[in-house]
Parts: sequence; structure tokens; C-alpha cells
Amino acid sequence: MNKNHRVPSNRSLSAVEVKSKFGAEFRRFSLDRSKPGRFDEFYGLLQHVHRIPNVELLVGYADVHGDLLPINNDDNYHKAISTASPLLRLFLQRKEEADHLAFGTDSLTRKKNTVLSAVLLRPDPNRKKPPVIISLPKDFRPVSSIIDVDILPETHRRVRLYKHGQEKPLGFYIRDGSSVRVTPQGLEKVPGIFISRMVPGGLAESTGLLAVNDEVLEVNGIEVAGKSLDQVTDMMIANSHNLIITVKPANQRNNIVRSGGGGGGAASGSSGRSSDSGASYYGYSSPGGIGAAASTPSHIIQNFHPEELESDEDDEDLVIEAGGEAELIPCAPSASYSMPSLPRYEPHLNLRTAAAASTSSISINANGTLPTSASSGSLGNITSTTPSPDRAMERRSLEEDGTVITL
Amino acid sequence: MKRFRRHGQESQRDRLKQELFQFSKTVEHGFPHQPSALGFSPSLQLLAIGTRSGAIKLYGAPGVEFMGLHEENAAVTQVHFLPHQVELVTLLDDNSLHMWTLRAHKGLSELLEIGRFTLTGPPGAPPSVTRVTAVLAHSSGELLLLGTEGGHVFVVEVPGFRELEERNISLDQVSSSVPDDYIGRRNLEHVEALQENPVNPNQVVIGYGRGLMVIWDLETQRAVQHIPATQQLESVWWTEDGSHILSSHSDGSYCRWSVGGEDSKDEEEKSDIPYGHFPCKAISKIVQLPTANGPPFLVFSGGMPRASYGDRHCISVIHSKTHVALDFTSRIIDFFVECPSPSAHCDPSALVVLVEEELVVIDLQTEGWPVIQTPYLVPLHSSAITCSHHVSSIPLKLWERVIAAGELQLTHYSKKPWPITGGQNLAPDPPQRDLLLTGHEDGTVRFWDASGVCLYPMYKLSTAGVFHTDTDPNDNMNQGTEGEWPPFRKVGCFDPYSDDPRLGIQKIHLCKYSGYLIVAGTAGQILVLELNDEEAEQTVEAKVVDLLQGQEGFRWKGHTRLDVREEPVLFPPGFQPFALVQCQPPAVVTALTLHSEWKLVAFGTSHGFGLYDYQQKNNVFVKCTLNPSDQLAMEGPLSRVKSIKKSLRQSFRRIRRSRVSNSFPLQEANARLEAELAEMELAPVQRKIEARSSDDSFTGLVRTLYFADTFLSDSSHNTPSLWAGTNGGSVFAYMLRLPPVEHRTDEPITAHPAKEIQLMHRAPVVGIVVLDGHGAPLPEPLEVAHDLSRSPDMQGSHHLLVVSEEQFKVFTLPKVSAKMKLKLTAIDGSRVRRVGVAWFGSSRSEDYGESGLVVLTNQGDVHVVSLPSVKMQVQYPCIRREDVSGIASCVFTKHGQGFYLISPSEFERFSLSTRCLVEPRCLVELPAHSASPTQHRPQPDGATSAHRYTHFTVISHINSKYS
Repeated sequence: MNKNHRVPSNRSLSAVEVKSKFGAEFRRFSLDRSKPGRFDEFYGLLQHVHRIPNVELLVGYADVHGDLLPINNDDNYHKAISTASPLLRLFLQRKEEADHLAFGTDSLTRKKNTVLSAVLLRPDPNRKKPPVIISLPKDFRPVSSIIDVDILPETHRRVRLYKHGQEKPLGFYIRDGSSVRVTPQGLEKVPGIFISRMVPGGLAESTGLLAVNDEVLEVNGIEVAGKSLDQVTDMMIANSHNLIITVKPANQRNNIVRSGGGGGGAASGSSGRSSDSGASYYGYSSPGGIGAAASTPSHIIQNFHPEELESDEDDEDLVIEAGGEAELIPCAPSASYSMPSLPRYEPHLNLRTAAAASTSSISINANGTLPTSASSGSLGNITSTTPSPDRAMERRSLEEDGTVITL
Repeated sequence: MKRFRRHGQESQRDRLKQELFQFSKTVEHGFPHQPSALGFSPSLQLLAIGTRSGAIKLYGAPGVEFMGLHEENAAVTQVHFLPHQVELVTLLDDNSLHMWTLRAHKGLSELLEIGRFTLTGPPGAPPSVTRVTAVLAHSSGELLLLGTEGGHVFVVEVPGFRELEERNISLDQVSSSVPDDYIGRRNLEHVEALQENPVNPNQVVIGYGRGLMVIWDLETQRAVQHIPATQQLESVWWTEDGSHILSSHSDGSYCRWSVGGEDSKDEEEKSDIPYGHFPCKAISKIVQLPTANGPPFLVFSGGMPRASYGDRHCISVIHSKTHVALDFTSRIIDFFVECPSPSAHCDPSALVVLVEEELVVIDLQTEGWPVIQTPYLVPLHSSAITCSHHVSSIPLKLWERVIAAGELQLTHYSKKPWPITGGQNLAPDPPQRDLLLTGHEDGTVRFWDASGVCLYPMYKLSTAGVFHTDTDPNDNMNQGTEGEWPPFRKVGCFDPYSDDPRLGIQKIHLCKYSGYLIVAGTAGQILVLELNDEEAEQTVEAKVVDLLQGQEGFRWKGHTRLDVREEPVLFPPGFQPFALVQCQPPAVVTALTLHSEWKLVAFGTSHGFGLYDYQQKNNVFVKCTLNPSDQLAMEGPLSRVKSIKKSLRQSFRRIRRSRVSNSFPLQEANARLEAELAEMELAPVQRKIEARSSDDSFTGLVRTLYFADTFLSDSSHNTPSLWAGTNGGSVFAYMLRLPPVEHRTDEPITAHPAKEIQLMHRAPVVGIVVLDGHGAPLPEPLEVAHDLSRSPDMQGSHHLLVVSEEQFKVFTLPKVSAKMKLKLTAIDGSRVRRVGVAWFGSSRSEDYGESGLVVLTNQGDVHVVSLPSVKMQVQYPCIRREDVSGIASCVFTKHGQGFYLISPSEFERFSLSTRCLVEPRCLVELPAHSASPTQHRPQPDGATSAHRYTHFTVISHINSKYS
């Protein structure tokens, strides 16, 4: 099949020739290498050229090593475009028929043709199935990561918890405590903040990266030294959508022992997200410009892309106009969402359909999940006094005893 | 190059900041918390109050005030001015003496501590030997006599505190000369009182606790006369002509002794137990003052019959045939009687009484002895403050009408001017008239003149008359029947007990241009009031508004609605209610705003918000914000705190009701409270880290409401709008359609939902402001109509500023998209507690000024945030972060000042502005004629050690009752 391409190599600089196979049909078209666009546009394009507008697809491509790799988000789509030399070979499958197990990194050990034929030609019923199906690749999304290992002392660990609109609680508690520091005068006891408890089944516990009695040193790049427990609590909650905490683990035995090379020089490993450790970014983390005015000591080492900071989830405040349209407020200057975006776009799309479906009572759960009967924020006919029936059904009996709240 | 220029701009901005902002705490308003000592200087005409926290405050003519703080955190037990000096001596709980002076500096006086001293006894002596119990500042102004627990009197030279050992009067010297037949001669006990002979400065009387009094000659160093009283001594008074000594005793008696020559026999001329027959409590202090022609005034505190009135706080005044027992509502600290001139030949003019919660001054020259309204030291907490509201630059017209209404309420006050006149107030006249309104637990709203240093009460509005309450309005005022004995008369205004907590005021809004006032309370009541100079009898029309909007399955377990009086009620001149909205469920009103031009009121509770048209007396719309999944956390810690508070309140009420019978054991209540508090503290201090979710409790609570005339639907037509922000980070915007003015009364107002914003960070929305095309906040209603504000720029595009507890966020209008933001919590962990818009004038150039946001955080810091760019400008620590009630009570003015409660009874005033600063500037000088000691009575400082013994008597009283 490789011999089939007719594209002169000099054109490959600007355009990528695409050969897309769905079932027995091939389609050929080209894409601009410099402006590949977004994955969802590309996905739509594929549905269009194959004339299968309503078919759910799994998109795979053959990389330079002949591995069949998935395309399901902007990142791997761009990767596929940029590495195509010069032909990009795509293999589309119906999602319901998909043999997603064919994707894999261990395919290096196999012969290229075997891989491809395994997918395309030989749906072998006798092949060994693994005991459990964990997930579709498109559902992979980071829930936590260890970042900045190249710049932090070995005794510290910087953990990023991704809380994108899922129900799983962050799930940990912090407390006051004291830690021992080595100073020129000798050992000194200083107050510190520690993790005191993990909520079973919570995000923090399930990552295995945080543990009870770990000392919290920084929250999103800001040192917690000198701050009260309540202040640190509020900082963590304010950053809960993208919480990055630097801890000194109580158990230091799991630390990676590095040879004494320059920390920054260590090759960024093959960890899941190269963007996290690929480029070190030193600077102030204050998108609002508070850093200069605030009295907090600005010893801040950040290692994420600036646009990641800009795309804090809280920028996407939800605005409902009177007409009943719900939309997320884009971050005005830069509308780049660098986090794996699909799970976050979904509620957006669902909202639109929900809004279209019901005009009298638009329910929006800003967590980004589908509107349920327990959601808040209905903007409807204000004089209407009849509650929607499904609401009434699920509502628990509420009671209130009129405590005076002083605000 | 570019960098260099930028640096230049920044330094220029820094300079501008210095011209605009500075932070200082300027003056404390109200009544000092926990006063413990009183002093008075007749020559300086200054009053001094010491507190249990070690503060010393001096007051003279209105506006003349000084404050000092002892380094030691010990209670001030005695304050004595040095006669005819600008110095005063304080005695602290830790037995240290401190010398303070008023030093003039650049034409202004300041209070400075210039020395401290602690008596040192001989080596090996027990500490009681030097424990000071009585202080006499000698009229020479050079000597201080210190009586101690050991019974010695030490003589110290002042102001340098040099001990004059050779002049000390030891117990041995005295007891050797005590007559053999005196029963208590073996143990005279401590020195209880020291008094100087008004006509012979060389003679002092030393009163010992056992009862014996010795007249001692300082010159010859020997006893002149012994007065063998046998009852435990409480106080001593030497009459102005030097001929008699009065002593008061712990059994409720007082005696009059004549002071004769050396040979005359000591004689008890007269002994009396004024409230006798049954055992009486001690008379802790007695004073007798002559009148020009007629019988003297006799004033004493205490002496009540122990069993029936032992718990009253009384001062009895007897003059000729008139006998009144002034009945105070809190414990008496001390008192003195003021004479108009230092010469002895005129009648006493006023009785000044310091009780634990207020200062009461009684006019003794007017028939009936009315109370003189105090221009300062007013008890702000006569009923607990529940909210406050500040209005700047009141138009003169409204000001005068409020004053006129207030004066009509002062009928039972004396017309006499304030008798304490020391010092000169040099502060410039305040540039504008400012009102501070405080809402109270008993349903009253008090209007205070907050323009200057003195927070002066102007007018008091009571909302209780609109409702049926179970209280008898005459409960406190009935004076008992004729011929009652003792002849009680209630004085003072401190009455912290509210019988119906639902009356409590939670939100206030006053329109200074139209004179409309709205007041909202604990039981969801919103009253609309109008200023009327005539009294009027009218029915208040109540409108019940259901905020649940048919939400089912919700049960309100709280208090019921207040019952409205259906018959017409007579309202006195002043603010008179004409419309009433009652929220259902009757939850506390959490947000309130008024647009007097549109004649609309918006109100919110934890269940939703509504818009009321007070022209048509009609509710325009209601929006329920209650989240159906909200569990409301009613069984959580909130209700627990409440139950403690409630049980305490009930306990206090029971104590109060049973004042006579004393059936409720106070200790039991205290013990129970302590146990409950200890239980609460046992919970480990840890905090849960969890993202906010829509299921959190109280997300529907309405935190802020705002009216604006702005661009809501398109950028060419501005329309009236109402904005509401909730605890769950939602902002609702409604477009309002008002009928033309000529049809305002008959055509309905309509409201349409226009926008809804859900902040993703879900923090409570605490403030909403619309900025005009120039980035300036929109003016208040009617402000432009009164030519007091530049009209807003309606050409440029408007912006919406949403302040949440965590962030300041600017959105464009009419299309809401985020433009700028300033994160607070994510950066330093503090949260916005209070926010206000203020205008800051430059100190350098008259015509430059900026608007800014003034912010108080939960860390107690105040920040100024620039508008419209939302950049942090300055930050100052202001309130201790532990002082939750102080932070909650903070209120900002429109000109960069603020107030917060430092105790239940005191406001601290602070300023962030370089231009607007209200602080005392005053000068105190010695009157020329009194520079040298004269022959007349050097009226000893009014204060002696009465407080200590009132304290003792309280304790002994309790012990006797429960042991």
C-alpha cells in the first residue's frame, strides 16, 4: 500500500496526503500541515468524506514504526499530522465494532503487517481476549500527575490533581503541625501544614501520590509557610479545579534516587504528558497581576505553559442569555484549552441540546454534567409557580429552622 | 529602554498611591468596654476612665478626648488626677503605678506615660505589705499617699515617684496610739480610705478596714484624733468645712463624726442605716456636698436591703425632703458630683455615674433631677448592634429634619449643657454631614452624627410598634406606686434584653435625597418608611411574599412571621412606616437595596429575592434561588451554635425576670456554657479540601442586590436593571420596564430575566457594581438629579464588576464576557468579607481623585483595588483575624473611612484616605488661676476605690446565696 502514494515529496512540506480507509472504501484528501485545525473539525471532515455522518468512529493511524495509534484528541491528531511522512494512513472503524485492543505500544515487537492486518483484515475470533476491558482510549484523561521532578529536590513531590467536572471528590483533609528544619543554628521546629486524612475513594487517595502526614509546602506555586490553616484551606479550594500541591512525603522511601547531575538537565522522561515537563517555565504565576502587589514572597517556580494557566476552568463562567442559550464565557484574549478537552466539551454540547429541548425550564448543572432534576439555576418563566414534575419527584423533604446567619 | 520607562511609570504610580492612600485608626466611638475606674479633675474639667484591658481614656468638652494604653495587660483599678496639674496617676491590678501627662506639642495636647513605679517593701516582707489599696493625690500636687493591704501608708513624691521613707505612716505608729478600749486594735486591717482635710492640707484621715479612722498630721507626724467606728469600713468623706467626717460601712450604715480639737471627745454624732430594719448591703461610697443656702446633698451608692433589693445597682441622692434611689441597669463602677466652679459656695450641678455599660449624668439643679444626654460615651450597645449602614454627605434639609425629630424624643432629658467642659476642641469643622445608622436586636434603628470625633445620637426609630409583640411596652418604665420604699427611679438606657429576637434589624438602606428609609429584619420583614415632620396615625399595609414559589417538600422549622397590628398605629414625627413586606418563609433578610427614583425595593433571603414597588404597594416579581438538593445544613453546627446562644439568652432573660426573687443560679448557666464550649473544642482542628459543588448548603442565599441603569440587551439602549448575587456564585440580571412618570401609579412595572451568570469558582458573590464608560461606578439614585454627581457616561461601553469572596472579575456589557480579573484567595488564601466603593482625593492636588474598591478580608486586612482595572493598590492590616465579630461589623464610607466594632459597645474608626480623616485634635491647658493651691476645698478626685468593693460585695452576695 505504501507504494500507492503518488505525491511528490517536495509537496509534503506544506500538505499532508491523507488516505483514509473505512471498511473497504478508501478516500484520499490532503491537509495543510501547518494548519491542521482541531480534532473535532477533522472528525467531521472524515465523516463527510466517507459520507457516514451519523456513524460513531474510532480513528487510528499508522505511525512511522507501523504501530496503529489512536487519534481522538487535538494532541494526538497534531502529532499524527506532524509525523506523517508523507502519507498519513488512517483506519476508521465503527465504534461498536471496534477492536480497540489493537492499539498498543507493544506493537513494536510485532511485525507491521501483522498489526495492520490484525485490525483490518483478520478479525480473528480465536484471539485471546484480556480479562477486563478497562476503557476506551478516548476516555483516557489524566487525573493526577507528578510534575517538575527535574527541578524539585528529591525529597519533594509536586502533584497535580485534575478535577474536571467529575463527581469524584478531591477528598483529603489538612491540619496544623510542626516539622523540623535544619538551620545553621541547629534543628528548629517550625509550624507546617500536613495532610491529616484521606477520604476513601477520593481522587487524592486513588492517585496514590499523596498520603497522610505528608507536609504541604506549596499550593499552586505559592508557599504556605506563614499562612494559617484556614488560609491554606481557602487557597486549595480556590484552586480546586486545577490543584497543584508540593508536598514533602512522610514516606521518603519511594523517592527516585537520582545521580547528582544538574536537575534541569535530566532528560524529560517518557511520562504521559510531555507538556508538563518538556519546557520549564520560571516566573510568576499571577494571571491577574496580583503577584507584584501582594505581600506574599514570590518564590514561585512554575512549570506549566502559560496558556494552561490562562485556561483555568473558572474562566468559563456560564452565561445564560434571556433567549435560553447557554454558553461558556470564553477567556477573552486567548481561547486555547490545552487540557485534554473532549470531556469538557461534552457538557457544553449537551447543554445546547438541553436548552433546545426545553424552553420553559432550562436546567444547567455547572459541574458540566448533564442537567438532572437536582440541578440549580433555572432561568425560566419567573411568574410560573408550577414546579416541573420531575423535580418534585426527586426532591427530598427539606427542612429549615431559621437560624440567623450573620454575614 | 522600554523597561526603564516602565519603571518610571511605576514609581510615578507609587507616588500617586502615597498621595491617595494612607491607613490610620483615628478614634474610638462609644462606650469603653469593661470600665474599671473613674477619675475627675475639677481644675481641668476632665474625666478619666480606666478599663480592664489597661486602657485609659480622657474626656472633656465634646471633641476633646485622649486615649492611652498601659503596656501591662492589667486592669486599671484607680485613676487619680494630681490636683491642679495636668498629670494623673493610675493604679493597675498588678500593683504598678503609672504617671501620665498631657503634653502640648505643636499646639495640640497628647497623652503620654512619663513614669511607672511599684512599691518595694522591706526585704522579706510579704507582698501584702506593699499591695496598694488606697491612693490619695495630695492637694500640694507633690505628694502621693499610698495606703496598703498591710495597713501602712507610704508617702511618695511625684511626679518622679521618689519614696519619702521618713514620712511613711507605719501601722505600728498608729496602733500604738489607738485607745485601749477599741475592740479591733489588734488588727486594723488594710487601709481602706485616705482623705485630706479640705481646709487643712496637713491633715489626712486614714480609714482602716476594721473600721478605725485616724486623723494624721503630716507635719508633726502624729495622730491627731481617733474615730473608733466598729463596722467594716467602706469609704470616708471629709465635709467641705473640715468639721465632720462621714464614714460608710459594710452593714449598710453610715456615720457622721465631728472633727474637734485635740482634746475634744470623739463623738458619733449620727448613725443611720438608710434602708434599715432588715440586713442591708454595704454603702460602698458616700459623698456630702453643701449648697449655698440650704441642706446639703447626700449621695451614696449601695445600702439596699439585702434580701429584697440586694441585686439592684443603686445610688441614693438625698436633698432636703427629696430622696431618690437611682436604679441603674448595670453594676456601678464609681461616681462623682460635679460643681460648676471650684469654689465651695455654689450648689452641685451634676452627678456623674459610671456604671459598667454606660455613663449617666444627672442634672441636680433642675427639678426632678433629669438625665443630661451625653454627647459622647453613648452606649452603642444599649441593645446589641446587629448591623450598621453609613451615609455620607447628608443634605442639610434632611439633616435638620432628622435632628428636629430627634429633639422631640429628648423631652425627658435635661436642657442643661454638658457639665464637663475641659480642653479646647481644635479640630476643624467636619467638611460634610455623615450619618451612621445602627440596627439593633430590639428592632430599633439609631441615627448617629458621625461627622466628627463625637458619635452623637440624633434620633432613634423603633419598628416594634408595627407588630404585636408579647412585651409590655411599659414594662421597663413603670416606676412603681407612690410611697414605694426605697423610692426607685430607673435611669440609663442600657437594656440589652430583647424579648422578641425576630424584631432584630438586619439590613438598612437610607436614600439621603428623598428621605426614604428601608429597614429589614430577622423575621423576613421589610419596612418602607418616609420622613414626616408631623405625627400620623396610619395602618401599615402588609404584603406577604412567598419566596418558595411552590417548591414542595420544604418545611420551615424556624420562627413564625411577626403579627402585624391591623388597627391604625400612631407614629411620632420622624420616620414613619407606610409599607411592609413579609417574606415567606420568614427567614432573615440577607440583602436589601432601594432605588428611590424608581420607587423600588429589592430584598433577598436564603430562599430567593423579590422586587417590591412601594408606589403601587405591589410586589413586582419573586425569584426562588433555593437549590432543591440543598440540605441547608440545618442540623449541622449552625443550629448547635444557635442552641447555645438561645439557651444563654433564655437564661439571661430568666435572670432578668427574676431579679427580685433570684431563683436562677448564674453559676449553673456558666458551668453549662463552659461545658458546651469545651465539648466543641474537642473536635480535631482539620479542614476538608473539597471543591465547591452546587449541592453545598445555602447556595441560594442572596448576598447582594444592585440596581443599575445600564446596557443589558444591546449596546445602544440602556434600561433599568436589577442584579442579584448568591452564595453559590450565581448572578441574576433582570431587565425592568418602568411606565412613564405620568402613568407610574397605574401601569404595572414588569421585569424580565435577562442574564444569568454562574461563576465557575462558585464562591459567594458579595458585590456587584456597574462601571460607566469612563470606568467610574454608576452614581446613586437621584444623585445626578440633585446635581451632586456628574452624569454617568452612557456613550462608552459599560462594564460589570462582580466581586466574589475569592475574585474580582470585570465583564463586558451587554455581552457578558470576561475581561479582567484579580484573584485573591488563590494567591494568598484570604477571602473578601466586606466590599465598598469609595472615592479617594489626592492630598497634593485638590482636583485629583480616583474611585476604588475598599475591601476587608477574613484575615482582617483592608485592601484598595483600583477601578476599573482591578489592580491591588495597597494593603494594611486592620483587624485581628481572630476578631470575627469585628470583621463582620465593618462598614465603609464613601470617602475611604470605615468603622468596626472593637467591643459590643465601641466602634473603631479608621481611614484609608489622605484627605478624609476624622481624628481628635485638642488642647488642654491648666487654668491660670488654679495654678497655685488655694484654701478652698481641693475636691479630692471623685473616684476612690469604690469599684473594688462593689466587686467584693457581688461575690460575697453570690457566695452567701449559694453556699
